[in-house]
Amino acid sequence: MVPTQYYLILSAILFGLGVVAFVFRRNIITIFMSIELMLNAVNLSFVAFSQAMPATKGHNLDGQIFVLFVIVVAAAEAAVGLGIIILTARNRQSLNVERVDLLKL
Amino acid sequence: MPNQPILEHLWIIPLLPLLGATINGLFGARWPNKIVNTVALSATGLSFLSALEAVREFLAYYEQMHQAFRKEFFDWIFTGAAAGNFRVGFDLQMDQLTVVMVLVVTGVGFLIHIYSTGYMAHEGGYYRFFSYLNLFMFFMLILVLAANYVLLFVGWEGVGLASYLLIGFYFLKKSASDAGKKAFIVNRIGDFGFMLGMFLLFRKFNTLDFSQLFAAVEKSGLPAEGWGVFGIFTVASLLLFMGATGKSAQLPLYVWLPDAMEGPTPVSALIHAATMVTAGVYVVARSHILFQHSETALVVVAVVGCATALFAATIGLVQTDIKRVLAYSTVSQLGYMFLACGVDAFGAGIFHLMTHAFFKALLFLAAGSVIHAMGGEQDMRHMGGLSSKIKVTYWTMLIATIAIAGFPPLAGFFSKDAILFGAFTVDGESGGNGGHILYAIGLLTALLTSFYMFRLVFLTFHGKQRYDEHHVHVHESPWSMLGPLVVLAVLSVVGGWVAAPALWGGKDHFTLFLSPIFAAHEATGLSEAAAHSLELILAGVAIAAATLGLLTAFWLYLRQPGKPAQFAKSLQPVYKTLLNKYYVDELYAATVVRPLVWISDHVLWKIVDVEAIDGTVNGIAQGATAVGDRVRRTQSGNARSYATWVVVGALVVIVILFWPTLRPMIGMVTK
Repeated sequence: MVPTQYYLILSAILFGLGVVAFVFRRNIITIFMSIELMLNAVNLSFVAFSQAMPATKGHNLDGQIFVLFVIVVAAAEAAVGLGIIILTARNRQSLNVERVDLLKL
Repeated sequence: MPNQPILEHLWIIPLLPLLGATINGLFGARWPNKIVNTVALSATGLSFLSALEAVREFLAYYEQMHQAFRKEFFDWIFTGAAAGNFRVGFDLQMDQLTVVMVLVVTGVGFLIHIYSTGYMAHEGGYYRFFSYLNLFMFFMLILVLAANYVLLFVGWEGVGLASYLLIGFYFLKKSASDAGKKAFIVNRIGDFGFMLGMFLLFRKFNTLDFSQLFAAVEKSGLPAEGWGVFGIFTVASLLLFMGATGKSAQLPLYVWLPDAMEGPTPVSALIHAATMVTAGVYVVARSHILFQHSETALVVVAVVGCATALFAATIGLVQTDIKRVLAYSTVSQLGYMFLACGVDAFGAGIFHLMTHAFFKALLFLAAGSVIHAMGGEQDMRHMGGLSSKIKVTYWTMLIATIAIAGFPPLAGFFSKDAILFGAFTVDGESGGNGGHILYAIGLLTALLTSFYMFRLVFLTFHGKQRYDEHHVHVHESPWSMLGPLVVLAVLSVVGGWVAAPALWGGKDHFTLFLSPIFAAHEATGLSEAAAHSLELILAGVAIAAATLGLLTAFWLYLRQPGKPAQFAKSLQPVYKTLLNKYYVDELYAATVVRPLVWISDHVLWKIVDVEAIDGTVNGIAQGATAVGDRVRRTQSGNARSYATWVVVGALVVIVILFWPTLRPMIGMVTK
């Protein structure tokens, strides 16, 4: 069996990639995808922990249930987020987040 | 214990005027004059009547108990044992000294209230005037009835307030409001000393109650302090006397009193002649036990009083404003009273206080009547020849003038004579001759007094009329004003007779009356017969001096009306100096006022206030703005930068949480 640490290291690498992409990329679609990447990195660690529970206590499925919830929420978020992206793109003729800064004074 | 309803409720006497002041002050604005003066007059009138009854009851009480009546009404300040059991109560007392003061204050005060109803009838702010006047009566009565220094000080400050309000009564006039401020500020200087004196006494004797304090002084067995010894008694007495010089307009703090004449004339009569300005004399007399323990303090009091008497009298010689002559005369007469206190003749000082209250109030009221008759003119150079037109005013004023000049058998003669006698004989114990110098100056002052007072009468009432009859309609005042004049004239005549028997070898009843307070003046090494013949000689000399003053005035202002101007010309420097009041106001302006104003302007305002205080406040605001300006940059509105902060924050949290695990790792890496 693959040791749990391997999963966790992979999860951390994926999460790190997501963070770096989120911070440094300007394309709003890429950013959106990096968010999904981070979510799924977390999902991976959930599943890994769940699987790592010793069989003697019965496999604890809480982590896997969490993953299902995360996928559902992510789907809903994707629907809303993509809608916002489309509107932004239409209004500004651009997908560059640098130019979406109306929150500033 | 005899039945003594008022004495047991002594607070009634001051409370009545306070009620009057409150009622008139709150509602008087809408009332017609008649209701306002009914309230004010009944308040003071009832106060006078209850004072009379209280005095009657006190005399009966004294017959039995042979001590001052004293009653504690409630605790005002009580600190408990932790702070030395400091207790100040609303305690009132009645003794012979209080009897004199209370009767003078309520009696003369009541007369002046009556007078004011006529004098102020056509003035605006009628209710305000009577409200202040009643307020003054309240505080003055607290002052004289108080049984401890702190309560006395309440009255002391209160009369100062009333004086300020009434001097500045015509507050739209700049000179009047300035005079009010001057009076208040100059008095503050004296009050500072008064308070220090109180603190010192409390520190030493742990009480400020008169009877306890003086008993403690007697019991302490501390020796009397000789000349030049600055012990507790000397310092405390001098500090108290500093307060007295402020309130009673003595050198060097007298400057406010002449300016105080800006107030309405009844105010000058009541506050700045008869009652308030004598508060300083009262305090010195009340504290006589302290002063008697210090030779230095007594000498200072006598010298200051004597110097003030002469100084103010010389200024009075050349003044042309009728009220200012009287103001300087008041300063001068107050100096006489302090002279009496300083030569340990406290009884004579209080006696002069009483007679002075009668004739000086009368002089002021009569002067007010003259001003009223002349339609507001105060300059004596524009009067003259009024004697036949305003007869009652003329005769009453003449009586007051004779009284103040010191002709027998009017009141001023007896009191002034007692003071001069006290000054002349003070050296009996010590063998010096300072007393004779004081006596000589006092006598010279008496001559000057007689001169300037008759000058005032001759200029005002005799000689050619120097006003334009088409513009000034001279008319006698109404009886509401003349009545008080007549009563005061009678008092000015008979007021001194209680002391008269002393002249033909009998008893001076006034001094005798006060003897329980001021232990009878020790015989001064003279046998009774020698003292008596000396008194007769001194009286003769005093009369001669007064006559000389009268004749000089008569010759200069009636026989040779051109002479005064000639004298003024030939003695130009002297005349100029006197006319400008020795340039004292200018001196104070140059040495005190202007430097203070300069410091306030250039240091306190432009540096301390603008730079330090405003600078601190504005600096804090500017600092906040500057910091905000910097920190504002973090709110870029850019979602990615926020995300960066989140990541940085998360990293920091992780480092903190896992620090124990991370540290060895870092160690490994660096190795």
